[in-house]
Amino acid sequence: MSTASVPLPAWINYGLIPLLNLFLAFFFSGLVVWAIGESPFEALKLLLAGALGRGEGIGFTLFYATSFIFTGLSVAVAIHAGLFNIGSEGQAYLGGLGAALVALSLDRYVPWYVTMPFAIIGSALFGAACAAVPAWLQAKRGSHIVITTIMFNFIVSSLMNYILVRVLIVPGKMAPESRTFLEGGQLPKLDWLIGMFGGRLGAAPLNFSFLIALVMCFLVWLLIWRTKLGYEMRTLGHSPTAASYAGMRYARIVMITMLISGGLAGMMALNPVMGASARLQIEFVGGAGFVGIAVSLMGRNHPAGIILAALLFGVLYQGGAELSFDMPTITRDMIVVIQGLVILFAGALEYMLRPAIVRVYQQISGK
Amino acid sequence: MDYFDIFISILGSAIRLSIPLLFTALAGLFSERAGIFDIGLEGKILASAFASACAAYWTGNAWAGLATGIATSIVFSLVHGFASITNRGNQIVSGVALNFVAAGLTIVLGSAWFGQGGRTGQVPASGRFSGITLPGAEMMRDVPIIGPLYANVISGNNILTYIAFLMVPISWWILYRTRFGLRVRAVGENPGAVDTAGISVAWLRYRALIVAGFLCGFAGTYLSIAQSAAFINNMSAGKGYIALAALIFAKWKPVPVMLACLLFGFLDAFANFMQGKALPGIGEVPVQIFQALPYILTCVLLAGFIGVARPPKAGGVPYTKER
Amino acid sequence: MTGKAPHLSLDLSKNEPAIELVGIDKKFGAVHANKNINLTVAKGSIHGIIGENGAGKSTLMSILYGFYQADQGEIRISGKPVTIRDSQAAIAAGIGMVHQHFMLVENFTVLENVMLGAEGGQLLRQGVSSARKELKRLEDDYGLDVDPDAVIEELPVGRQQRVEILKALYRGAEILILDEPTGVLTPAEADHLFKVLKVLRDQGKTIILITHKLREIMAITDTVSVMRRGEIVATRKTTETTVEELAELMVGRRVLLRVEKGDANPGKVLLSVKNLTVKDSRGVTMVDDVSFDVRAGEIVGIAGVAGNGQSELLEAIAGIRKPASGEILLDGKPTAGADPAELRELGLAHIPEDRHHMGLVLKFEEYENSILGYHRESRFGGAMLNLDEIRKQAEEQIAKYDIRPPNPRLKTANFSGGNQQKIVVAREIERNPDVLIIGQPTRGVDIGAIEFIHKRIIEMRDAGKAVLLVSVELDEIRSLSDRILVMFAGKVVGEQSGEANEQALGLMMAGIAA
Repeated sequence: MSTASVPLPAWINYGLIPLLNLFLAFFFSGLVVWAIGESPFEALKLLLAGALGRGEGIGFTLFYATSFIFTGLSVAVAIHAGLFNIGSEGQAYLGGLGAALVALSLDRYVPWYVTMPFAIIGSALFGAACAAVPAWLQAKRGSHIVITTIMFNFIVSSLMNYILVRVLIVPGKMAPESRTFLEGGQLPKLDWLIGMFGGRLGAAPLNFSFLIALVMCFLVWLLIWRTKLGYEMRTLGHSPTAASYAGMRYARIVMITMLISGGLAGMMALNPVMGASARLQIEFVGGAGFVGIAVSLMGRNHPAGIILAALLFGVLYQGGAELSFDMPTITRDMIVVIQGLVILFAGALEYMLRPAIVRVYQQISGK
Repeated sequence: MDYFDIFISILGSAIRLSIPLLFTALAGLFSERAGIFDIGLEGKILASAFASACAAYWTGNAWAGLATGIATSIVFSLVHGFASITNRGNQIVSGVALNFVAAGLTIVLGSAWFGQGGRTGQVPASGRFSGITLPGAEMMRDVPIIGPLYANVISGNNILTYIAFLMVPISWWILYRTRFGLRVRAVGENPGAVDTAGISVAWLRYRALIVAGFLCGFAGTYLSIAQSAAFINNMSAGKGYIALAALIFAKWKPVPVMLACLLFGFLDAFANFMQGKALPGIGEVPVQIFQALPYILTCVLLAGFIGVARPPKAGGVPYTKER
Repeated sequence: MTGKAPHLSLDLSKNEPAIELVGIDKKFGAVHANKNINLTVAKGSIHGIIGENGAGKSTLMSILYGFYQADQGEIRISGKPVTIRDSQAAIAAGIGMVHQHFMLVENFTVLENVMLGAEGGQLLRQGVSSARKELKRLEDDYGLDVDPDAVIEELPVGRQQRVEILKALYRGAEILILDEPTGVLTPAEADHLFKVLKVLRDQGKTIILITHKLREIMAITDTVSVMRRGEIVATRKTTETTVEELAELMVGRRVLLRVEKGDANPGKVLLSVKNLTVKDSRGVTMVDDVSFDVRAGEIVGIAGVAGNGQSELLEAIAGIRKPASGEILLDGKPTAGADPAELRELGLAHIPEDRHHMGLVLKFEEYENSILGYHRESRFGGAMLNLDEIRKQAEEQIAKYDIRPPNPRLKTANFSGGNQQKIVVAREIERNPDVLIIGQPTRGVDIGAIEFIHKRIIEMRDAGKAVLLVSVELDEIRSLSDRILVMFAGKVVGEQSGEANEQALGLMMAGIAA
């Protein structure tokens, strides 16, 4: 009997199956850990302790999660319109330039809460600009957006390299980075948030952009499911033929979607650039754009799921950092492996377990 | 150095730089003709580069390195096949995932095994593919025009280079003169036609992916133990994606693929040459422009200003019989 | 009606029946697609299987061709039980299938398509000359000429179908199954096909013809089985039954085969097409200098075999495809360059030919589809969607059009074909357009819904709207239209009144001038 047409209850589709997929990703990651001579269980313990054990750990976890929420939202918005935006890494990088330019111009003159809205706009604008060319190429020339956005990641990397080494570098210093922003260009830390739960933030750079990210989650939800633009995006994503039948203009939807997507990725930069290091540094995105892909897929492209998935990856990043202190053989790149496996199991192999689960379910429920 | 010498030097360099692209683009040719989009070529190059470097380092044997590189690449292909054929998963998601796995795994294992932050150790000469001097090259060197061409461009390449160019007519012959090739071309256009003719669509696609994995293995091996002497983090640097662009530009045909890859190789070589040199009127061109050039060119090509092509009709779509 | 199908006693004393199905049963989850099917087909006969969409015919044939496995039951070929696990096994058992949507590789030649899967060796060169010879022999024996080196996409549809048949015969099929073969053929091509089938039968081949066209059954089959809701409800000798009896067996009740309608009262011209030329995505001219008018209060039907430009004509009028030249006027105003949204505002509504991909988004809930194309109207909100208003009007439409199940929150994919079409029809008609253009309104729709939809179309006409109807079902065109235009090869080749006789229309559809 065909198992594909048997309907499963929502808790299995949205709860059990994603959890099982996650478990498989972790299982294979554990094999890699074991292959390089460490104990996966020890590693897992150290990881969880590092991420959630103390206030400082939680602070770092939420700090990382903030970046992932932005990039996750970016990818999700595009996916709803049927576009796979792999360029959030480059869009976030360029967004950093936008935020930095605002901070460098205003930090002497105004307090942070005046700089902040301009920085949000600046980072979003630059992020959107990075997405604009691939968007136009897809909309008007049919060029596959996956490849063009990947290309732009490389192009932006070269561009920012030039800007940081030749333009923004502080004269006399070696490091390719801008000058440090003054207080007017920095986002305040959220020590009070951790304090509310009885912990201390310590050195963790959890900052105001976390709250901006949460607001963005709500706005994205509103956009996709409650606005007419969102309706058009979803129609295009499900059926380009229906969209054309309904008079929805393909080029317009693709451009607007990618600009929003790029803008959200650009906003990610607020977190590290203005909230943590207070300067524009080389490669500050550090892979967060790609994590956003995993986060969006795991979170089923829904803001609520994205928050949870972003927290998960925040735990992985912070836990991974602590882990690499105690187990130097496991580097940060292990997280990239886990990320890849999560995308594989939660994305491409989404329905691998379904037939087996259907059979078990039918046995148990006696159908 | 006169202009001819410069030309020869750039040409030689162009060929060397085009080889990984050529192997990879031919790999992509087989898988896309069969209807499977493989954005994971990048990951396969990286993984096979790492695997072959490790094997060559430990055994001191270049061929062992090649075999390991090919085997690794085929394993990645099979996983991609498992996800996209058997599980009918999204082919782009699967490819992107495998690229991450390859990127992370090569550094994690590299750091753990060699302790150099992701690099493998320096591969000894016996473990590398070095240049082969073709007969008569030394003698011919002083012959005007043909001499340097033969001695410096055609001769002196490693065996993988010659294999790469040999793969072009072989690929053509497989696709157009064998039963397997006919079926591969059919399954990328109309898998239903293949299925109702009594041929297994899945097995056929798996075989196409295995061929693709085989070819990608050469690409990675070339990078680490022919062109260089070790594996370095992320040494594929986007070549997997550029190869895809070359493939689209070449309209999925073997000989145009070779020409497209040579073109990219030539531009890359020219960019290397121009580094640090001043252009009249502009001054020194920033090195970052050259770094970005191949990626910009890919976008220009994809914009279709240089001709639009018709991809295999059933490309990228999982085959299902369910209504 | 319950119980087993009454078994037919044909004279089987000479041979075993070509194919027998005994107790075939197949479920897809909760859907019982085939219930205890018992069927016997004699060698050297043409057996028809008729039934509505969803009756289970395709599932049955898919089981015979190895696409699905039956949950229970047995298949016997010439008296011997066989297991058909995949298409290879079906071919080995001598079963050949001619699919409704051809299984051909469009950019291959005829020869390459026929050889695919039976190449005769690892190197193509080995099998080519013997393949050519065999192909020639088959073409001559059965009257199926086609140039072996022609590329499929350049052949007319009738010839493409011949390639499908040749493929099956090349592999030694003794039993041929044809699935809705005449949907894409002109009446003349269909006649030629029937001649070929008769030759095949007379030479001892067994043919199973699956169709929903009653007239075909009467024209060519020796015996016929009627399927309804997964069961075979009757089997008859074709000479011993009538169209009316078969229709009633198909549906289970008396069926009105013609729609009752009063006289038309045409008013002013609401839709005018002048010298319209439309090219398809490959640049091929599909609509060639076409001109006609549709008045308020009349139904103009466009008859023609699929592929003669009707789809492109509809797309051009609906604003989905830009014409190469010519004009389209709505109530006297040119619509040049208008997109579908603007056309809707001007009073045009469009029930598209392809409801699955164009008319509906199957993954949306029903209420979301109820505003597809009209979502920009102010009553549905400004930038934000006014969900209450949208759901309210969805519920109104569900009630008025008897859409089942009456749940606006249900995913559209879970509605039956007929109900999905009703969602589309409701949406377009309830907008009270001035001009309604319709493509294939009842394709894949059960008879009850067909009657309902036909009545609504007549109502639109009686309310003074202009209706343009495109359908490949000649019966539907003839029963609804006040005027009939025939399209062939992109041109309007003739105009007849709604009472036109079928032969005249058939000749025009085949490109033979009146």
